[in-house]
Amino acid sequence: MTSMTRRKFLAATGATAGAMATQGWFPAVLRAQGEPLRIGCPLPLSGPFAALAADMQRGAQLAQDELNAKGGVMGRKVEVLFRDDELKPAVGAQRTKELIENQKVQFVVGGLAAHVQMAINEQTKKSKVLFISTSQSDEISAKPDTSPITFHEALNPTITCRVMGSWVAQNLGKKWWIVYADYAWGKQCNAVLQDTLAKQGGTLLGATPYPLGSAEFSAHLPKIQAAKPDVFMNVAPGADNVALHKQLKSFGMDKTMKLAQPLLWISYLKEGGPEVYNDVYGAINWYWELESSIPSAKKFVDASLKKFNIPPGDYGAYAYSGVLEVGRGVELAKSTDSEAVANALRKNPVYDHFKGKQWWRACDNKAMQDMWIVKGRGPGKTKGDWGLMDMVAKVAADEKYDRTCAEKGLA
Amino acid sequence: MGAVTAFLSRHPVAAFGVFFAVFPFLMPYKALASQVLIFGLFALGFNLLYGYTGLLSFGHAAYYGLGAYGTGIALAKLKVSSLWLGLAAGPLLAVVGAVIIGFFCLRRRGIYFAMLTLAFAQLLYFVAFHMADLTGGDDGLRGIPLLPVNLFGWKIDLENSLAFYYFAFVIVWAAVAGLKRILDSPFGTVLQAIRENGDRASACGYDINRVKHLSFVFSAFFAGLAGGLDALRLAVVPVESLYWVTSGQVVIMTLLGGAGTFFGPFVGAGTYLVLGDRLAVFTERWPLVIGLIFMAFVLFLPKGIWGTLVDKLPGGQAAGAKP
Amino acid sequence: MDVSLAAVLPQVFTGLVLGMLFVLLAVGLSLIFGLMTVVNFSHGALYMLGAYFTVFFLTYTRSFWVALAVAPFIVGAIGLLIERFLIRRLYGRSPDDPLLLTFGLSLVLIETAKLIWGKIGLTLDPPRELGGAVNLGFMAFPAYRLFVIAVTIVVLIALWAFLTRTNVGLIIRAGSRDPLMVRALGIDLNRIWLLVFGIGCGLAGLAGALAGPMRGAYADMGVTMVIESFVVIVVGGMGSLLGAVVAGLLLGQVVGVTTFLAPKLAEIMVFVVMALVLLIRPSGIFGEAGLAE
Repeated sequence: MTSMTRRKFLAATGATAGAMATQGWFPAVLRAQGEPLRIGCPLPLSGPFAALAADMQRGAQLAQDELNAKGGVMGRKVEVLFRDDELKPAVGAQRTKELIENQKVQFVVGGLAAHVQMAINEQTKKSKVLFISTSQSDEISAKPDTSPITFHEALNPTITCRVMGSWVAQNLGKKWWIVYADYAWGKQCNAVLQDTLAKQGGTLLGATPYPLGSAEFSAHLPKIQAAKPDVFMNVAPGADNVALHKQLKSFGMDKTMKLAQPLLWISYLKEGGPEVYNDVYGAINWYWELESSIPSAKKFVDASLKKFNIPPGDYGAYAYSGVLEVGRGVELAKSTDSEAVANALRKNPVYDHFKGKQWWRACDNKAMQDMWIVKGRGPGKTKGDWGLMDMVAKVAADEKYDRTCAEKGLA
Repeated sequence: MGAVTAFLSRHPVAAFGVFFAVFPFLMPYKALASQVLIFGLFALGFNLLYGYTGLLSFGHAAYYGLGAYGTGIALAKLKVSSLWLGLAAGPLLAVVGAVIIGFFCLRRRGIYFAMLTLAFAQLLYFVAFHMADLTGGDDGLRGIPLLPVNLFGWKIDLENSLAFYYFAFVIVWAAVAGLKRILDSPFGTVLQAIRENGDRASACGYDINRVKHLSFVFSAFFAGLAGGLDALRLAVVPVESLYWVTSGQVVIMTLLGGAGTFFGPFVGAGTYLVLGDRLAVFTERWPLVIGLIFMAFVLFLPKGIWGTLVDKLPGGQAAGAKP
Repeated sequence: MDVSLAAVLPQVFTGLVLGMLFVLLAVGLSLIFGLMTVVNFSHGALYMLGAYFTVFFLTYTRSFWVALAVAPFIVGAIGLLIERFLIRRLYGRSPDDPLLLTFGLSLVLIETAKLIWGKIGLTLDPPRELGGAVNLGFMAFPAYRLFVIAVTIVVLIALWAFLTRTNVGLIIRAGSRDPLMVRALGIDLNRIWLLVFGIGCGLAGLAGALAGPMRGAYADMGVTMVIESFVVIVVGGMGSLLGAVVAGLLLGQVVGVTTFLAPKLAEIMVFVVMALVLLIRPSGIFGEAGLAE
């Protein structure tokens, strides 16, 4: 390589660095009145949950379009700015800082992983920006993480496992074996499931932790098979979940016991396929086939099919609802001040964007919402590309499913 | 140009102060400036071990992470009431870690040493992952309060992005001055002698293992201080702070900037972070881009940006390897 | 805690399978390091590519056997390219440089895999013939895992025969002991290094291909494996192939048993063993004592 080329290389990087350092630094003076309402949306666009993040992005975009079609919010256009948080808390925090300081977003909706959203939350709290979290976590709506401007749209392990656990104990069997991933979400689910089982008068035959990411279960399965549980609870996330089901099948355990898991996301079914998820029970916040029975669901599904040709999934629904709630809050408060909007949402907590009545619980800003028990459809029984589950039962929203505010350290 | 480089070579600490005093106004947003400063300090620590002593550590995230957890635990869990004490806890824990891990790793040399440092960092990662009561586990350590600074009776609130930047700036500047002292001392000369030819240094009668261990510990101190500052900046300590990816980042930054040069680490950190920040807005492929850039540097520009500049410019030689 | 034979045996068996993967990776790493003093950090990424290529060929040829046979060779070929065009440029420079370069390469390979095959990872099923379990009375062994053990043993025997019975093998062994002498004898070491690098990478690809049906193919699958493989070499003794085999099997068992008895310690146990070895016998079990490197 000649020195000529090296010099060119240096010059190029120097110029780019200079350009990038000054870009985005334009003084706020240049921003005119009637400027758009900006909502920051950090999500893990790269990484193992990219499919869920893409779903979220679509949901947020649909909400943005819907608000703008009505003339915007308070006459201002709504702009959702997406950033890749790479599923890492440090990156999520940094992107949030960038959105707030550089892009001057007034609100943040997003987060997919528990640890990332908590890092995002620390930043939004510092900058006094309203944050609607769309990620599963028990801590985000409890002390010390929560705040008057921290709202939690998504479900949390407590609600999910109490709902799923009670239904399974009442309908599928009372002798369980739980296999769970040894990290925050897995441990929380395990604890709540065991507690729920005990309250339902069931028996825990065993609970086996495994290191997250090492989906090697064949050593445990013979022992579990020998114990003859009614129900096998699969508390493994992501790719581990698919791997565990496959290994269960290879041991023939799907024939001798019922298979259940706290959450059954449509992306699991898409990735694993109907053979793997045949007759697997799970709980979900949203499934597009709800359109046949709920008007707001139909509106949501139609909009998604029209724009993207894909029905919206579970995380897309959270994002959709979160962005619409920001719009609703601003209209109610007649202001973009985060505290005012938060108060307005607490004063008018009831909303229905896509699946029926939801409401914010006043003491912890937790969204209470209906859930459904679903079951995977086997091969030959699926309908089209996305008709992968049967709706088995609806579980109406009830504050009793979450911890009480006292338990969360709040008044 | 010659006068500038001559000034840089004779007064590097002053030059650093002047440049970084105005740095936040050159960045798209203040928080990015703070990030560059802190990671520059992390790279500075790494550079002391790699660039000046010749020991490649692939597990430097351990000391950054220990620093972050030290400060985080002191402030969030132990509820220490002084910001200074909380911040000091970070590098202190990092130093303890370095004394122990250094002992193990320095039993081997060369590539062995590099991979051993990586292995120990991974060990710490998994420990932190599972000791969830203390570290928050994979959810991270949250709720780190940014206490106001108590300075001669004045209380300075650091919540403002610019205020925090200048707080970090003062500390990093002091660290940079400290590094200069280390490099100028006889100890510093021995370090560089070891980098050039360890056996010869040993033949001259120096206890090179002790010197290496000390360099390792100093290096960890700077990395730990960076970690502590970052804990304050982010208000959380993610468990990824200890992950091999973080170790890789500081290696890339230092090489990009110029290993073994005084300003290289900051140039590298700045380039890496600003480029990454701006590119991340357009693409998710940033890791691919940086991987390719890094490979290109290893192959064709091993002296890094600053190292190469220093080589080519008149009078630059003095501003480069020997400050 | 149920520690009957029936409970422990499956764990030992799982540890054996994991150990086989470690051995394949460690032997490859050790061959390359022993001869060329190059640590190939991208070994993990090549393992990952082995799994992805198996999925790729499986999709096109619908035959797992063909995919398993072809994928390691493709990965080996990539290894040849890496040595010829990247690593070779670094000879004569600091010994740290190949580690740095292959680290960067590892990032690039992982991101490229995500680009080509998506970010979620792909699932890979073992062939129907190996899908079930073989019942040996006291326990049922999953057939595919028996297959992995068998394949690894066959490959190791073939490698041993190659190294001890062929001329090329002789040169390789001589070259790791005394490269200067071998050159002085007029042998073109460049070609040998190319070959060894290719073989080492091919072994990594084979490990990935075998691991695919057990764990799926996903972009980050290789990174922790390469770190653990390096631990295997530290424990076994750098440059010692016997050490790589013994330590690989040993550490596979360590992981397996710890997962069973104390799951929280499972991930750190390999590092604890490594620290112990460093304390007691720094050159590794079969390493040459006194060799500080």
